[in-house]
Amino acid sequence: MDSAQLTAFTQTLAQGLLTGGLYALIGTGLSLIFGVMKVINFAHGDFLAIGMFITLALFRAFHLDPYLSLLVAAPVGFALGYAIQRFVLARLGDRLSEASMLATLGLGLIISNTLLLTFGAQPQNINVPYAIQTVQLGGVQLSIPLIVAGLGTLASIGGLNYLLYRTELGRAIRATAQNPLGAELQGVKTTNIQAIVFGLGVAFAAIAGVLLMPLLYAFPTVGENYTTKAFIVTVLGGLGNLPGAVVGGLVLGGIESLGAFYISNNYRDAYGLVAFLLVLLLKPEGLFGKTVKRV
Amino acid sequence: MLDVRDLEVAYGEVQVVFGVSLHVDKGELVGLVGGNGSGKSTILRVVSGMLRARAGAAEYRGQNLNGVPPHRITEMKVAHVPMGRQLFGQMTVEENLLMGAYLPRTKANRAANLQKVYDFFPRLTEKRLSPAAALSGGEQQMVAIGRALMSEPEVLLMDEPSLGLAPLVVSEVMRVIGSLRELGLTVLLVEQNVRQVLKVTDRTYVLELGKLVKEGRSADLMGDPDIIKAYLGV
Repeated sequence: MDSAQLTAFTQTLAQGLLTGGLYALIGTGLSLIFGVMKVINFAHGDFLAIGMFITLALFRAFHLDPYLSLLVAAPVGFALGYAIQRFVLARLGDRLSEASMLATLGLGLIISNTLLLTFGAQPQNINVPYAIQTVQLGGVQLSIPLIVAGLGTLASIGGLNYLLYRTELGRAIRATAQNPLGAELQGVKTTNIQAIVFGLGVAFAAIAGVLLMPLLYAFPTVGENYTTKAFIVTVLGGLGNLPGAVVGGLVLGGIESLGAFYISNNYRDAYGLVAFLLVLLLKPEGLFGKTVKRV
Repeated sequence: MLDVRDLEVAYGEVQVVFGVSLHVDKGELVGLVGGNGSGKSTILRVVSGMLRARAGAAEYRGQNLNGVPPHRITEMKVAHVPMGRQLFGQMTVEENLLMGAYLPRTKANRAANLQKVYDFFPRLTEKRLSPAAALSGGEQQMVAIGRALMSEPEVLLMDEPSLGLAPLVVSEVMRVIGSLRELGLTVLLVEQNVRQVLKVTDRTYVLELGKLVKEGRSADLMGDPDIIKAYLGV
């Protein structure tokens, strides 16, 4: 490999890993929700779309910098998730695993169609001057939004880790994930913990949406693709396994980026799906098996 | 302190508890024994809020507990050491114990209570950083009891603490339960192991197919011909 080829490889990999960080962020939210409630959130990508459209709307209305809309999108996402768990999922009763599938699929449809009615079907983007600027980092050129996305991912996942392992609330969340009955008997209001967890998961999807907005076009069904990616990430890492979701995201981003560069850009989404199928066939418990720490 | 009156409980159409009344006075260690399916754990689950009664009442200090969610009952100083221990398997022993002091009212004395639990169960001190799932059954039972003590309870409900333990370990756990009285606790102990229960408790209720068939001082029941025949048999 000569130096030009090496640069191309590093460049491709770096871009892939930064995109993968966003997948990790989305997958972590999905995995957290599954880890605590055993619910698979089929509307996950649609919450990402909400994050994108909040950014878009605030930019159009007030010319607000896309990254500042994190201050709106994250709390809105949390509140939405909290309310959905409290008023929809918590009422499904004891057949939660099947009923929640239909409920979250339905919510996803409601969200994407509401976005369609409000914003129309055409893809829309925002123009910020730095969106096309790049930074030279050790011979690798990276666009500013991609770097910000990487930093945002690091901060969010670092924050979640701190919450889960360094705070009382985090301990209660882990307790509820490991043994809901045991937690309830210690005085934990587990219904509230579940709502907080759903809120966090949705907030993570919304944050990912904000971070993606300067990079992509927003359209009402943009989320579908990301729900799929969130699944791939969590299956790669093992459902309910948070560090696994992070690695799964990076792996998926890397595979997509390398595949797009060396094989063909037309099949970008297919590489991840192939990896997904291979993992399901060969290591259905995820890349890391059951030995690693879960929520 | 704890009063159960004319309790009727059903799982769907199947009634399992038929008009059971019992009481536990302050500082007493009371046993509730019976075979499989006698309804003893069911009664305990009503008291700790995991199940609703169809009729009758469970009262703590005159307050009806029916329909109160479990976390509120813990708040009222009634702690439940559940069947199967229900520990947080991937958390350390210490984290499990700290979860017992989750409620705000227990935070002030948390460090002191933790030390008390370690003094009470010296073996847990060595294992404080091990994941709970890696402990032996007897040690896990001690974590479960310690965790309940961390919530500063007045009443301790214990659901089959000897379940799945080796006979020697059962004796040890029972000794521990006997010594809980010295901590000023009121205990309702549900067990299948009648012999062990009669040895440590003040009074005992005997349940068969959801109905009380005997009650009295444990020392007396130990010599009762029916009990000897049915439960202590040679």
